[in-house]
Amino acid sequence: MPDILRREDLDFLLNDVFDLEELCRRPFYAEHERADIDAMMDTAERLAEEVFQPFAAKLDANEPTFDGERVHIIPEVPAALETYRQAGFPAMAFPAEIGGMGLPYMAATAIGAWFAAANGPAMGYLSLTGWAANLLATHGSEELKARYLGPMCEGRYFGTMCLSEPQAGSSLGDIRTRAERREDGTFRLFGSKMWISGGEHDMSENIIHFVLARIPGAPPGVKGISLFCVPRILPDGARNDVRLMGLNHKMGNRGTVNTALAFGEKEGAVGWLVGQENHGLACMFVMMNEARVSVGLSAAALAMTGYLHALSYARERLQGRPLTGRDPSAPMIPIIQHADVRRMLLQAKCYAEGGMALCLYAARLIDDLRSGTDEDAAEARRLLEILTPIVKSWPSEFGLRANDNAIQVHGGYGYTRDYPVERMYRDNRLNPIHEGTKGIQGLDLLGRKVPMEGGAPFRALLARMRRTLAEAEGDEALADIRAAVAEAVDGAERTTAAMLAAAPKAGAEAFTANATIYLDMLGHVTVGWLWLRQALAARRALAAGGAGREDFLRGKIDAARWFCRYELPLTHAWRGMIEGLDRTTLDTPPEHL
Amino acid sequence: MKVLVPVKRVIDYNVKVRVKADGSGVDLANVKMSMNPFDEIAVEEAIRLKEKGVATEVVAVSIGVKQAQETLRTALAMGADRAILIEAAEDVTQDIEPLAVAKLLKAVVEEEQPGLVIAGKQAIDNDMNATGQMLAALLGWPQATFASELKIEGDHAVVTREVDGGLQTVKVKLPAIVTADLRLNEPRYASLPNIMKAKKKPLEVKTPADYGVDVSPRLTVVSTSEPPARKAGVKVADVAELVSKLKNEAGVL
Ligand SMILES: Cc1cc2nc3c(=O)[nH]c(=O)nc-3n(C[C@H](O)[C@H](O)[C@H](O)COP(=O)(O)OP(=O)(O)OC[C@H]3O[C@@H](n4cnc5c(N)ncnc54)[C@H](O)[C@@H]3O)c2cc1C
Repeated sequence: MPDILRREDLDFLLNDVFDLEELCRRPFYAEHERADIDAMMDTAERLAEEVFQPFAAKLDANEPTFDGERVHIIPEVPAALETYRQAGFPAMAFPAEIGGMGLPYMAATAIGAWFAAANGPAMGYLSLTGWAANLLATHGSEELKARYLGPMCEGRYFGTMCLSEPQAGSSLGDIRTRAERREDGTFRLFGSKMWISGGEHDMSENIIHFVLARIPGAPPGVKGISLFCVPRILPDGARNDVRLMGLNHKMGNRGTVNTALAFGEKEGAVGWLVGQENHGLACMFVMMNEARVSVGLSAAALAMTGYLHALSYARERLQGRPLTGRDPSAPMIPIIQHADVRRMLLQAKCYAEGGMALCLYAARLIDDLRSGTDEDAAEARRLLEILTPIVKSWPSEFGLRANDNAIQVHGGYGYTRDYPVERMYRDNRLNPIHEGTKGIQGLDLLGRKVPMEGGAPFRALLARMRRTLAEAEGDEALADIRAAVAEAVDGAERTTAAMLAAAPKAGAEAFTANATIYLDMLGHVTVGWLWLRQALAARRALAAGGAGREDFLRGKIDAARWFCRYELPLTHAWRGMIEGLDRTTLDTPPEHL
Repeated sequence: MKVLVPVKRVIDYNVKVRVKADGSGVDLANVKMSMNPFDEIAVEEAIRLKEKGVATEVVAVSIGVKQAQETLRTALAMGADRAILIEAAEDVTQDIEPLAVAKLLKAVVEEEQPGLVIAGKQAIDNDMNATGQMLAALLGWPQATFASELKIEGDHAVVTREVDGGLQTVKVKLPAIVTADLRLNEPRYASLPNIMKAKKKPLEVKTPADYGVDVSPRLTVVSTSEPPARKAGVKVADVAELVSKLKNEAGVL
């Protein structure tokens, strides 16, 4: 059995914790019901298992190459993507108006987890296409939509996101690519882009690049950036002036070709403006919520699959004997019986399943944006503002640690390429870097999201957490878990208030100097809360009989308790470091390092 | 020509089967169930016949618990046109024996008048490998079992069969029963749009009483046990030792 994911975990989150059926009852999703979503998940599971996972190791060992003319990618990638396309997956999350199936976003996200876990690098091409299509659907002109949206939703054309440049990664305001206006209303682009995933290959009929550039005379910085649609093949069939300069050779995620692209080495790359002039970054941010949920999801999915591999291994690997009764002639025991191995597994489980809960919760908020009442949608928007940096970062940071534990559980075998856990770690190592580094997410959370709108998003999040605390009141079996979460929530509120109060005097630099620690802290509190929600759901399911899932459900409560005992206390320590806007880091001068 | 495809809901081929402590059978509580893989091949073959214009309608029929509806929905999502569920079992532990299944299928065949029945060669749960053959006998129809290739030529089916030591080609007059082997085809995945379309296809629910068939068991399961655990092997130092062991200890050379 390939340990890609455990269906029960996804079913539990979708149905027991986050009530998918409630979403399906909304008129917006009237066409869908749990039974057909289950059937779609069946197809996803099989495709992941039979088509995607079998070549994941081969793809890692045979990264794409460039011979100066063409990019070569092993044939399994286009074949798998074609199967995926024919099964109708690319369109699952798009609304019906643009040819999609309009599946609840939470369901589509859970379905996507199978592919992210089985072979994320192969899927990368279509994830990017999905984000790009989203951008086009929201901001593109009717002409561009008519030309490109359909084939992108079907997965016949792929898309890319061209933001980064060699000299401008985190600092997007400093990009230099230039877009000159022509009389016919089109633009000609000139400049170099760096790190562009899926930037060049022959696997799709066309590649539609979405490129950030400046129009001459635009204001400096982020307020002078516009967004352009630049197809690899122009409508008349000619190649656009976009050239592959070379490939980047990466630590992991090797199957997604990563390129340096030159735009406009000759007459200029033909592009069409998307959205308003100088509003390019704002346009990008619209799809950021979904892109960032999707980064978190990849990280959580990789963590889960790593955990499951470690779990299987720990049940089978015989080593050592029980501390009591060390009879050397007695058979050795499976390593899962050693407390320290169980510690590693529990931690990995908490990170992986907690991260997945976080991503599906965020996906459900996106469903509220689309299908909720005005009030629910407004509330969901506030919650997404504050949660997006956490959803992107927490699974990337702690999911990666789950993959680290998975290697450790395997001992020396985990350090070899004969087992897949090292590959999973390398693949997951990307997630804290792209789509805004962890440091940038910390700044976004503390510098922007926490103070915004007079603190309304932050308060909305605390209110949600306290609603769950109220629900858990009186359940003696969960009293300790509830108390630990309550304490962490109160603590986060106090620390945030103290930091905000001290900020005006201390200045912005001191306020955000420890933003990344704040990000981990609020992330742990959020995931602790979601573990309480999972424990409550498990209690409800057990009370209803358990239906043969008793061990599984008790395991959720055990994990919730473990998180409260061993992880939530860290939030206490982190708060202590940052509450007084400590300046130790800030005041260490670069020349002392 | 109408094609009838019987499909069975069985324990998923990926599930590690566990025997119940009391030896009364296999533990089916909360395990994943799906369509018998050989039946999937049968459904695929029927759909291909329809796509080629040879078949006009594909009807899937399942006999078992209420949840076998899901299995029929899978067949519909793959491309079958309609489905019949004969609810014959209260819960998953109650297996309907091949003879009862064959009698029910005979009744369905008489009602539906298909030109061809394509079944899986056996179900992977009990490995009986009997239903298709019994149905042929009850109907007095020709049968071609273990098919690895199927061609319809006029009013005959030309079937390549996988037999010990090779392939055998037989020609049977229609209507006939064909049972599918592993290499007949590679079944397609139920695509997402087709899963949605399948919801709107007709699924009729019947009971054995509707057909006047008694499904009570004729067989008694005496015991069920795990296969004996494999013993640890031995490492040999070289080829010479291997040959000597094969000769002297295993006695196979
Ligand atoms: C495999 C891969 C795929 C990618 N795919 C794409 C793609 O398809 N399209 C695309 O446009 N880009 C892509 N990227 C680029 C990615 O988004 C950038 O690498 C990322 O934004 C960081 O930019 P940088 O590499 O220039 O690092 P830098 O911005 O130079 O950052 C270096 C370090 O400094 C820190 N730092 C920088 N600025 C600040 C600040 N103001 N405050 C605090 N800390 C700061 C960062 O957190 C980081 O730790 C990809 C990158 C990789 C590795």
